[in-house]
Amino acid sequence: MNAPFQPEMTGLDRLKVGTRARVASVNWAALDEGEACRLRHFGFDEGVTVEPLHLGPFGRDPIAIRVGRMTVAIRRRHAGAIRVIPLKQ
Amino acid sequence: MNPLPLVAVAGSPNAGKSALFNALTGARQKVGNYPGVTVERHSGRLTLADGRPVELVDLPGAYSLEPASPDEAVTRDVLLGRQKGERQPDALVIVLDASNLDNHLRFALQLIELGLPTIIALNMVDLAKRDGLELDSKRLADELGVPVIETVAVRRRGIAELQAAVDDMLSAPFCGVHEHVKSDLIHLQRRAREIATAAVVSETPVRRWTHRLDAVLLHPVLGPIILAAIMFVMFQAVFAWSQVPVDWISSAVAWTSGQAATALPPGLLRSMVVDGAIAGVGAVITFLPQILILFFFILLLEGTGYMVRAAFLMDRVMHGVGLSGRAFIPLLSSFACAVPGIMATRTIDDPKDRLTTILVAPLMTCSARLPVYTLIIAAFIPNTRVAWGVGLQGLVMFGLYVTGIAGALLAALVLRRGVLKGSGGGFMMELPKYQWPPLKDLVIGILTRVQIFLKRAGTIILGTTIILWALASMPQAAPGQKQSDVSIAGKIGTAIEVVVKPIGFNHDISMALLPAMAAREVAVSSIATVYSIDSADEQSGATRLEDKLRHRWSLATALAFLAWFVFAPQCISTIAVTRRETNGWKWPLFMVTYLFALAYLAAGATYWIAVAAGL
Repeated sequence: MNAPFQPEMTGLDRLKVGTRARVASVNWAALDEGEACRLRHFGFDEGVTVEPLHLGPFGRDPIAIRVGRMTVAIRRRHAGAIRVIPLKQ
Repeated sequence: MNPLPLVAVAGSPNAGKSALFNALTGARQKVGNYPGVTVERHSGRLTLADGRPVELVDLPGAYSLEPASPDEAVTRDVLLGRQKGERQPDALVIVLDASNLDNHLRFALQLIELGLPTIIALNMVDLAKRDGLELDSKRLADELGVPVIETVAVRRRGIAELQAAVDDMLSAPFCGVHEHVKSDLIHLQRRAREIATAAVVSETPVRRWTHRLDAVLLHPVLGPIILAAIMFVMFQAVFAWSQVPVDWISSAVAWTSGQAATALPPGLLRSMVVDGAIAGVGAVITFLPQILILFFFILLLEGTGYMVRAAFLMDRVMHGVGLSGRAFIPLLSSFACAVPGIMATRTIDDPKDRLTTILVAPLMTCSARLPVYTLIIAAFIPNTRVAWGVGLQGLVMFGLYVTGIAGALLAALVLRRGVLKGSGGGFMMELPKYQWPPLKDLVIGILTRVQIFLKRAGTIILGTTIILWALASMPQAAPGQKQSDVSIAGKIGTAIEVVVKPIGFNHDISMALLPAMAAREVAVSSIATVYSIDSADEQSGATRLEDKLRHRWSLATALAFLAWFVFAPQCISTIAVTRRETNGWKWPLFMVTYLFALAYLAAGATYWIAVAAGL
């Protein structure tokens, strides 16, 4: 991945609850086939707006994320494979 | 005779597919299995306005035709006419969640490409509207090129229109199915978004109710507390609410038994009917109310959408022992019965995650253990109050459940470190909107369970109790001898007793262990049968089973017996379903061995400690 350096780009796992962000890229290679397939089914894709809504009570894992009008729960590790650019509030 | 036209109902999970299926077919449903795979097949009959019947099949929920689970593979294969044991559907009803269009439309586009006659049921339009989303279903129909019917399945809205559309669709000529055109996923997703955007009339912020509820129920501190409270209430309710109906059923059984005893001449037949059939089956159906209450809670939690939240809250903990939050649902269902629980593990994608869940599922206290627990607790634990609203008996019951859970977590941890070592799978789940499940769906769900339970009581349990009665009554004891010493069952019990004596089990328990393999609750009816045969000569048939137990067992023995049942794999159905789900004998044998070893150790430890404590 040779994306140009963007200071505001971060992993979806590091985004604060309630911060909306746009998906910049998904590192599909970091996920196995089934996981990648599920994420795609949930609609994770470049350009989609996401927002972390809730964190699991233990170890702040998993993370509930709004994608479109859907809310999905994924583990912190998988969220890390999704790079996002926070939107101006 | 031509087979009935077959209409498949397809859709993504949480689109309200089952509710729509229930609304279309009513309670006349058949649940079977697709051959060779362990996916349930739900079918039912829909009668069109002119009286023509149509067969409706509810396909497993799927997100796309590229399967990520065995369930999704079945959905694809049925639709392509490749599934063994199913003909190709003549038409298709696609259920879409109105408030989740852009996501669900992608699957719908894939399905429409198949070329089957298709109708879209745009479901849950009321919830979408409540969330501030207004849709133009005409526009959607134009874009998709198929009829779109707005429905609210849980309120039966749009169902008549949908039936009429199915009628039209089946009357129209049909020119065969296309080959599966594999449009690429990204392209479909973009097209889905375009159509969704076009069909939206107005949109305001989303899911207010669900959002507010989640803020509390998924709160890092409140969430787990509420979950624990719900579980606690659930198990207290199983006891408190069931008391009255349980009393009714026991008096009905006692009355039947009395009537049969006076109607039949004394002798072997009367003994078989009264001591065998009525005592045995009666002891088991007494627990029907408790099983009903438990299933009511499980179905309610599932129907409202809370079950998935529980999985979310528990994922990290489950992950800690090598399971996923997804295992929480199968394990929670195993509280009702390990068989559906083990079958529900199909939703776990990772094979090792799944196998671990299957192997520990029997440790969750299933409803068949309830009769055993209830009987022993009622006999040996005083019905005192520990605190306001908390009884000692309920507390002991709670403790038994907790022991089972702790045992399961520990076993999972050991399995994941040992025989099932490997990377943990993932946890990816949709959190659906909260909704109040329609009473009708709850009732259908509960009735199906009652049917299964009564069928078991009428077949396996009745059969085993009669066999046990025969073994326990023959040969007849000479005067002065105790029947349970002379009989065949007594001899078998004596052989087993050699092994279980060190852990405090007496002769009666040894006799009950073998038939309890058929189904755990048979342990109760076995003990009931043995005692009622023995007491036939003592003329005290009217005493309650609890009182008899108190006279014959020590408290240490009773506690050891409870500990045994927390762990013992006392159920052939569970072993059979494990064999089926793991495709071989290796894992069921492993499961039986480790569980019996655990049960023996736990019962032994309980007994020895209790004896040392002077109980």
